[in-house]
Amino acid sequence: MMRLPPFRYLAPRSVAEAVRQLADHGPDAMVVAGGTDLYPNMKRRQFEPRVLVGLRGIRELAGIRGSARQGMVLAAGATLTQVSNHPEVLRHYPAVARAADLVSTPQLRNMGTIGGNVCVDTRCNYYNQSYAWRKAIGFCMKKDGDICLVAPGSDRCLAISSSDTAPVLWSLGASVRLVGPKGERVIPISALYQDDGIQYLTKAADEILTEIVLPPVDGLRATYWKLRRRGSFDFPVLGVGVALRMEGEVCREARIVLGAVASQPREAADAGRLLVGERLTPELIDRVAEAAAKPSKPLDNTDLVYHYRKRMTRVYVARALRELAGLPVGEFPLGMTARN
Amino acid sequence: MPEFLTLRVNGEPVQVIAPVHKTLLEVLREDLGLTGTKHGCELGECGTCTVLVDGEPVLSCLVLPVECQGQEILTVEGLAASGRLHPLQQAFAELGAAQCGYCIPGILLTSKALLDASPQPTRDEIREALAGNLCRCTGYTKILEAVELAALRMAGEERAAAGGLGARAAGQGGGR
Amino acid sequence: MSPKEELAVIGKPLPKVDAWEKVAGDTRFADDLFLPRMAYAKILRSCHPHALIKRIETSRARALPGVYAVITGADFPPVKFGIMPTSQDEEVLCTEKVRFVGDPVAAVAAVDEETAERATELIDVEYEVLPTIMSIEQALAQEKVRIHEYGDGPNIHKAVSLEFGDVEEAFRQAHLVREDVFYFEGNTHLPMEQHAAVARWGPDGKLTLWSSTQTPHYVHRAMAKVLGLPMSHVRVIATPNGGGFGGKSDPFSHEMVVARFAQLTGRPVKCTLTREEVFYCHRGRHPVLMWVKTGVTKTGEILGMHFRSWLDGGAYGSYGVASTYYTGVLQTSTYKVPVYKFEGMRVFTNKPPCGPKRGHGTPQPRYALECHLDKIAADLGLDPVELRRRQLVDEFSMTANHLTITTCGLGECIDKVVEASGWRDKFRKLPPGRGVGFAASAYITGAGLPIYWNKMPHSGVIVKIDRGGGVTVFCGSTDIGQGSDSVLAYVVAEVLGIAPEDIRVVTGDTDLTPVDLGSYSSRVTIMTGNAAKEAAEKLQGLLFDAAAKKLDVPPSALEARARRIFVRDDPDKGMSFPDAAQLAEAAYGTLAAAGSYTPPMRGGKFKGSGVGPTPAYSYSACVVEVAVDPETGEVRPVEIWIAHDVGRAINPLLVEGQVEGSIYMGLGEALMEEQVFRKGLHKIPSMLEYKSPTTLETPEIRTVLVETLDPEGPFGAKESGQGPLLPVIPAIANAVYDAVGVRVDEVPITPEKVLKGLDLRAQGKEPRVGPERVPAARFPEPIRVPLPGEDSTLEAQATIYRRAIHRREGPRS
Ligand SMILES: Cc1cc2nc3c(=O)[nH]c(=O)nc-3n(C[C@H](O)[C@H](O)[C@H](O)COP(=O)(O)OP(=O)(O)OC[C@H]3O[C@@H](n4cnc5c(N)ncnc54)[C@H](O)[C@@H]3O)c2cc1C
Ligand code: SF4
Ligand code: FES
Ligand code: FES
Repeated sequence: MMRLPPFRYLAPRSVAEAVRQLADHGPDAMVVAGGTDLYPNMKRRQFEPRVLVGLRGIRELAGIRGSARQGMVLAAGATLTQVSNHPEVLRHYPAVARAADLVSTPQLRNMGTIGGNVCVDTRCNYYNQSYAWRKAIGFCMKKDGDICLVAPGSDRCLAISSSDTAPVLWSLGASVRLVGPKGERVIPISALYQDDGIQYLTKAADEILTEIVLPPVDGLRATYWKLRRRGSFDFPVLGVGVALRMEGEVCREARIVLGAVASQPREAADAGRLLVGERLTPELIDRVAEAAAKPSKPLDNTDLVYHYRKRMTRVYVARALRELAGLPVGEFPLGMTARN
Repeated sequence: MPEFLTLRVNGEPVQVIAPVHKTLLEVLREDLGLTGTKHGCELGECGTCTVLVDGEPVLSCLVLPVECQGQEILTVEGLAASGRLHPLQQAFAELGAAQCGYCIPGILLTSKALLDASPQPTRDEIREALAGNLCRCTGYTKILEAVELAALRMAGEERAAAGGLGARAAGQGGGR
Repeated sequence: MSPKEELAVIGKPLPKVDAWEKVAGDTRFADDLFLPRMAYAKILRSCHPHALIKRIETSRARALPGVYAVITGADFPPVKFGIMPTSQDEEVLCTEKVRFVGDPVAAVAAVDEETAERATELIDVEYEVLPTIMSIEQALAQEKVRIHEYGDGPNIHKAVSLEFGDVEEAFRQAHLVREDVFYFEGNTHLPMEQHAAVARWGPDGKLTLWSSTQTPHYVHRAMAKVLGLPMSHVRVIATPNGGGFGGKSDPFSHEMVVARFAQLTGRPVKCTLTREEVFYCHRGRHPVLMWVKTGVTKTGEILGMHFRSWLDGGAYGSYGVASTYYTGVLQTSTYKVPVYKFEGMRVFTNKPPCGPKRGHGTPQPRYALECHLDKIAADLGLDPVELRRRQLVDEFSMTANHLTITTCGLGECIDKVVEASGWRDKFRKLPPGRGVGFAASAYITGAGLPIYWNKMPHSGVIVKIDRGGGVTVFCGSTDIGQGSDSVLAYVVAEVLGIAPEDIRVVTGDTDLTPVDLGSYSSRVTIMTGNAAKEAAEKLQGLLFDAAAKKLDVPPSALEARARRIFVRDDPDKGMSFPDAAQLAEAAYGTLAAAGSYTPPMRGGKFKGSGVGPTPAYSYSACVVEVAVDPETGEVRPVEIWIAHDVGRAINPLLVEGQVEGSIYMGLGEALMEEQVFRKGLHKIPSMLEYKSPTTLETPEIRTVLVETLDPEGPFGAKESGQGPLLPVIPAIANAVYDAVGVRVDEVPITPEKVLKGLDLRAQGKEPRVGPERVPAARFPEPIRVPLPGEDSTLEAQATIYRRAIHRREGPRS
């Protein structure tokens, strides 16, 4: 049986109390929400916090509120199931519902939170292994070692951002509220990330993410496409979040954000620009998809061959755009077996 | 440090003294003797350890008992209310849906949650609900059929719902 | 009355006898056992794929509070073990050398698992690292690096070569001679239950081991050997297995470790493997490289076939000698192959040992053969089904390699599956991206020989009747989910005229039950079934004699049914089963009887003839429809139709369950499951990254059962647990070809391989993805075996069979 290392468990009743506890214990402490990312990692000893600050009992962190007109707020503690089943989210932000619904399995979505999903650890198949396995191959810099086994010349860790919801949230222009000992701040979600497999979040360790703020819908149309082998369990090995603001037939604003191609969600800004002021013709879509695939630089550290994943970037971006343009997309791939 | 905890398991309050870092799976099996809950990975990757917490399927290998205090925990041992098998259990037994049976406690509980929320699911809905429970024996076919049969019986559309324990209800299986 | 209706229990879709406890969560698997004062063991495993052990220092581990004992290989007598007598190459804990990452090196018993685990990390092992061998090519090229000192050559565990008739001559006669090369990547069983074992050392100096094993008898032997104990002081109890599929058929290190710890500490000791360790125990599907050459006539009749296979065996022997032969023997069991040559070779590599997985050694060559025939059909412009249908083996015949075929329902299977799938309207007629593929196969119903040479029965059953009419059946077999306990109950219930629920089945306990060799090679239904039938018939004789006296009729006038024994022509005249039991016990003493089963001695008189013969072959035919996405290369099975000749379905529900489970496993192997390595380590030893299909990847499966009532089987039964896996994989490959014109000659058929094929096609190149070449043949001189002549004894036997069937079952419709 894989077991957790020992720790103390604190159950604060408010965000303020949680922030205080985090500050009190400094680097010894970590927050845990659903635990679906942190506990497996702790069992493999990627993290060995002495103190866990559990967020489950905090009322403020529960619930989904707001409207299409004003924008919606997803509290960090909302489970992925709550997000994907919420009638308003489903109606007005179907891409968010779909991304949440495409995470792993029903059980994990009942446990995992949207806040945890946004903060989910980066992944690498040299790293998501047991302690004994990592010791056998030689520890890498993300934990216990000092080199990168995927790219031995690299001075930073190249583990992959693997959140399903982050690319969509970024494409929609969502923001996150962070609360720390020095107060709170709201930043665009794009500013939450940085391209470093270890320090993939810009948030301070003692800051708690309390909510995700979705902008008013206002003509935004978005979708999410996910590449993986199976229709459940599997993390994305490529995620494509696309949001367009349409004025009639013409695209006024476009954001294409790729997941699982770098240590952070990666916006294909050049490709997005090609869409602005244009109609979504099949020809344009192909050109945009071609451009979007450029920043996609997968490495050999997750499932499926990396050149295949690179090649699929073009296909998946094209299909996502075709879906938004109302063009036929063929059968949905197996990895997309979702209700939404 | 061992902690003193009060949980509600299968409708009864139980007291446990266990270190806080023991998962619900470990406490159920090792401290409460409820070995009906199985495990295949302990990392959230197979669904074998599924139990219901307040009616929702969760993975007992990734949840701590402290996190379930005040909630209703249901394990396979609690599925047969007062000694009568749940219609799902009855249907699984009759249709041969349990081969080695190792994945079955988790699958029964996930299926119960499904039928409680959606009493007449389509086959695709059942597939989606069970997409987080691996089974290596059955190819899922008989499992899907058993959930359908249980749903029918629970809806009272099948007279055989009156069938009791044991092989008396046998022979109704295999219908397709 | 049709013969089927005459039977009260056999052929009925009854629940399994253990179904109720399984759905109630009551079944006690090995890890569910908790004994008072129990200690927990953990094994330290090698972190190098290939290294010499220089020194093991355990003092820091011993000093950790809560640790009861630490052992290394030095704590065992210096004997090696292994499942095959010729491959005794494993140590409980390695003493001199480790051969793969995961090889056991030392072990700790402690107050709990956490402590045991922490202590293993305090054991210091000094290694001298050796060069590693990770592929068939490397094994053959690096003669200086030797993983083992024994075998048929440097890093060659086994090399065989058999020739039945002159293949070269056959090729000269042929209208078309085709050669193909295929590769089948290794994969693993992934039973949901991780292996576990509990040992207890009694104050009487005797050992009890509970283990999730498919082969308690072989574990019993290995245990006694390794621990230096008399077999009579060792009791092995096979707990219900949470899935096996062949992965729990070897004696394992952790079983011996808990036993030694129990001796040393005087406590019960448990060891439950983690999922990662289960990947290291492995014994799964061998990676096999294959070359096949066949000569056919203009109309596709096979004139001769030459098959070569190279198996990547991993670090130890396991069942490998048998596996090697199995990649070559069953090619002749479906279609007439008048002349046949087989050369096979198993090499050692620094990976977890391969062994028997569902279909043991035959899915790989079946994949090669069925794709090869598909290509031949395409070359000749023939329908691939027709090509095969025309040249099926005859019933009651003998193959070129001296295999005896009894019943064969393959023709009927093909017809049924072609009909059900709408093959004729689909093959070459579906829109682009959609396709259908066909394949057929055969599988053994139990091996003709035991693992170690002896003349004793392969299966024994004792049936006992108590005064209240309760019946207990004792048998050494192990239920791994396939329903073998239920089969025992059904057979005995049928003969004694009672209901299966009146029977208690006691199995898999070397103290209580007579030997059965284990749950492997699809032997359990036929062997335990026949033994149980014999035992029950002896008791039926006693009951009938006693009842006949009382009723004053001849025993032959009696029938047993519905818990009564009565006069067949005057059913009111009779008595209850318990009354008959009491009369019989009064007349003859305690009511118990034993039955035994030994398979018929068959096969030729040449070295290697022991693998392949079986009492009877099962047959399957399969059609798969797939959708292939031309942009992503993704292959989605849409629907699968299979017809399986099971001889007789003792319980159609359980047979369907075996068929569906086999299809599922074949599907995973065909499309996504693969055991791959990087830098000497298993790349993905987890349930998340080793891709096992979920409900969403498993399509609708349509099963048709075909019954041929084989004279060898109990009530005519053959097998269903393994055979139906075989045709699925080639049928999918052939369907992909029908859908997009790409040949993927390498399993698994991943999206990137399909895309590569599509690219080649777009470039006007041969749209084939797969291995390009095979190693230079270094096989031994072939043993030249004369073809079986017109064998008169066989024909005579066949006539007897046919008469026997007719008498027992009535004419076959
Ligand atoms: C088998 C398996 C499959 C998975 N598949 C997917 C998948 O397909 N897609 C996917 O996106 N994810 C997947 N996951 C990862 C994970 O389950 C989800 O991302 C989930 O949403 C994480 O949420 P959580 O609440 O459980 O996070 P936790 O495990 O509680 O936390 C994750 C991390 O975020 C931090 N954190 C959590 N909440 C906050 C907060 N409010 N403020 C600050 N920091 C916080 C924690 O400290 C921790 O570092 C999978 C996990 C497993 C085990
Ligand atoms: S990318 Fe390199 S450093 Fe980062 S986890 Fe993988 S191997 Fe380690
Ligand atoms: S044991 Fe596998 S998901 Fe919990
Ligand atoms: S019945 Fe064996 S794993 Fe599902």
